[in-house]
Amino acid sequence: MPTAIELIGITKRFPGVIANDNINFSVEEGEIHAICGENGAGKSTLMKILYGMQPADEGVMKVNGVEVNFSSPTDAIAAGIGMVHQHFMLADQFTVIENVILGSEPTKHGVLDFDTAKAHLANVGESYGLTIDPDDFVTELEVGERQRVEIIKVLYRGANILILDEPTAVLVPQEVEALFDNLRELKAAGSTIIFIDHKLQEVLEISDRITVIRRGKTITTVNAADVTAGDLAELMVGEELPSPETTESTVTDTVALEVKNITVLDEFHRPVVDDVSFSIHKGEVLGVAGIEGNGQGELVDAIVGMEKPESGSVWLSGKDVSSHSVRERRDEGFGYVPKDRHEEGLLLTAPLWENAALGHQTKAPYSKGMWIDRKGSRDRTDEIRERFDVRSPNADVSAHALSGGNQQKLIIGRELICDPKVMILAHPTRGIDVGAQAAVWNEIRTARAAGQASMLISADLDELIGLSDRIVVMFHGRLVAELDPSEVTPRLLGSYMTGAALQGGDELQGGDEMDGSDESAGEHTASAMSETAEGAQ
Amino acid sequence: MKSPLFRRLLLAFAAPVAAFVFAFVLSSIVLILSGYNPIDAYGEMITNALKLESMIDMLNETTPLYISGVAAAIGFRMNLFNIGVEGQYQLAAFAAAVIGAKVVLPDGLHMLFVMGVAMVVGGLYSGLAGLLKVTRGVNEVISTIMLNSVATLGIIAGLFKIFLEKKSGGAVGGGTTPLAETAWIPDLNGFVELFTREITKGRKLTGMLVVAVIVGVLYHLFINRSRLGFDVRATGMNPLAAKVGGVPSKQMVLLAMVLSGVVAGLVGMPDLLSRTHAYDQGFTKLRGFAGIAVALLGRNHPGGMVGAALLFAFLNTSSGILQITGTASSEIVTIMQGIILLAAVVAYQMVGQVKQREEVKLASEATVGATA
Repeated sequence: MPTAIELIGITKRFPGVIANDNINFSVEEGEIHAICGENGAGKSTLMKILYGMQPADEGVMKVNGVEVNFSSPTDAIAAGIGMVHQHFMLADQFTVIENVILGSEPTKHGVLDFDTAKAHLANVGESYGLTIDPDDFVTELEVGERQRVEIIKVLYRGANILILDEPTAVLVPQEVEALFDNLRELKAAGSTIIFIDHKLQEVLEISDRITVIRRGKTITTVNAADVTAGDLAELMVGEELPSPETTESTVTDTVALEVKNITVLDEFHRPVVDDVSFSIHKGEVLGVAGIEGNGQGELVDAIVGMEKPESGSVWLSGKDVSSHSVRERRDEGFGYVPKDRHEEGLLLTAPLWENAALGHQTKAPYSKGMWIDRKGSRDRTDEIRERFDVRSPNADVSAHALSGGNQQKLIIGRELICDPKVMILAHPTRGIDVGAQAAVWNEIRTARAAGQASMLISADLDELIGLSDRIVVMFHGRLVAELDPSEVTPRLLGSYMTGAALQGGDELQGGDEMDGSDESAGEHTASAMSETAEGAQ
Repeated sequence: MKSPLFRRLLLAFAAPVAAFVFAFVLSSIVLILSGYNPIDAYGEMITNALKLESMIDMLNETTPLYISGVAAAIGFRMNLFNIGVEGQYQLAAFAAAVIGAKVVLPDGLHMLFVMGVAMVVGGLYSGLAGLLKVTRGVNEVISTIMLNSVATLGIIAGLFKIFLEKKSGGAVGGGTTPLAETAWIPDLNGFVELFTREITKGRKLTGMLVVAVIVGVLYHLFINRSRLGFDVRATGMNPLAAKVGGVPSKQMVLLAMVLSGVVAGLVGMPDLLSRTHAYDQGFTKLRGFAGIAVALLGRNHPGGMVGAALLFAFLNTSSGILQITGTASSEIVTIMQGIILLAAVVAYQMVGQVKQREEVKLASEATVGATA
């Protein structure tokens, strides 16, 4: 088979780091080729070079056998390369067709020519087996459909080599399958696909060949059929992959956090959190599963005191803290790791020690009376850097200079070092590399063993299953199921998260009063399990 | 090898120096194009500035500019754009002049009372904008701009006639009833003369200079050292992260606005307490806006704003001499101030990027070092 893309000796240096170090591999025409590596391995840089967003310092790149030198994505598009970004680049208020033609609008007498555009779109859709209504507004589309729009957008521009950057990060398992079907159709129609990911099962399922990158170097290229997930993981990290598994239960009888009948209304007075109640015991990790936007964020806001709920109460160690401010709740023993470290977690332009103090500035050693204790804060920050392995030159460097994983370790460290009674963890390992992830998991386990009660919200189902003592599923603002992580699979969780497991039968009643001994929850698990078992046959 | 301290100093001063040089070159071009000799003009400005009396003038000008800069900076540190220092200080000075003239108090205490009135009025008036933002979500830029007009064109213009000085025989003066001497702030001439010759031409160095120094020190302690100041800065840098960190954002908005107004209240005091002793029609205006420029140029830094205020004061006091000697049009000074400010903003941005890159490099070296 002819070669679609060939990279020879691609090297890219940034001040202080070599992001790509002599990268060599080739992608054959019509194959799905995965590029695999942990976060920070140099995948993004490589992709930017491929798409003309950054020039390589050294090396040769060939497209269809011809040496190319891209100076911008326009050159890459002209060479038939298209990219589907991880974060969608769509105008929400536009229709599908408007988004597709955005930037290359066909005109007739100076007026937008939608007929030609739609005809062309229909053509593209037909030849690649992708269907979508061109007049739908993007805001009304599901995540999976939006991604399809992104793919169509690229195809519309005539790309026959597609780069997909972690396309499954935002999708639930069912949507991932739909995406993979689309990709197989594309392949059948003759497209070449470069698929960047670090989820091993997915990579193995979809790709023909896999190139593994570790610390900026190409380790090897393997046939997907010849390797297992374990082999890939070893190639990626160079050692055994850490697993999030928790050992024996440390759950105690003492209730640490109790949430009673919380209801949160949106601006239109519709419930986004609908009468949610649960409790977490000391030494227990409660996992909250759910597709984003089903009320988890609002529930967390109500629990930590960011927003006042319409009704309901929050109890910390038997004390009603419903009317407490965020600061008072923190002083009572709440720790909180917000879901987005840049938006909610850090003062990016401030030094590390100020970031470490944030949220704890009322207490020693960060302050003395009404004054900030600068030495105390710095010493404590050094302690956090040491204990939580926050790789940084000193406590005075700005937070923005750190990598995502180190920023996250700092945030988790500043909470855990204060030994909170209840820890709210929203996506604690999102977007950080395997090494940092393992470190975070370890800390969560250690705190759990020491008697901390944790609430873990995560989109990483393996993480939820591996760390939680119990998992509840949130769907349309309600807790619709309680599952035992030792019996549940990501697939089953996914079907609860999309509501698929709820259809056909009566809505599950488990949401109102749930604790570890709820029998009906066990039944749901059992029934749902058998359902999947049937489905697999 | 360059030491880290040297690099830090270099980076800290690179921007203002670059801005100054750029402004110098551009101003020279403007001067040449307008038919003046730049060397003569600069020479005249510097010779003039080296005279003791001119220095007194400069310091008298620096004092309100600096206080105004601090007032603006308190808002800036919290990402609040308090454009209202102008209206706040005018209203505060007017109220302080009117109320101060009506009370009888012992020496010194009277002066403190007048300052207190000014700070309270400034704080309340600024707090109004804060309240509007917190309760109604009104952008403080819009509200303070409008409140400026309400203060100067509305309240002061409306009440001015009522409180004009009534002289014997039924005539009225050009301003409010002058403050009694018990409310005057002592000048610092005696102190300066300890080190130099006698100050002539009736120049008096305002005692408010001491107040300005105290304001600067308190500003530094508050914003950089106190817990409350930390909350203010955190909210300014990232309101959401601050909220997650337990900082009550609405209270912070109110606090920053009120504090900014309290300091703004002092801007008119050098004039009121040591020069005019009354609020008259010629009461110095536009110092509130000049304060914004001082805060920008001084990067909200308590020390940096001293330099910025001195520079602006130097340029302001030079404009007169240029006109008198005919070496250049006095407007050149305004042009220079504008250019300096513009150049400074650009230069700070560029130096900031260099700093960021350095830090990223440092951090990645630390990571690599730890891995290896």
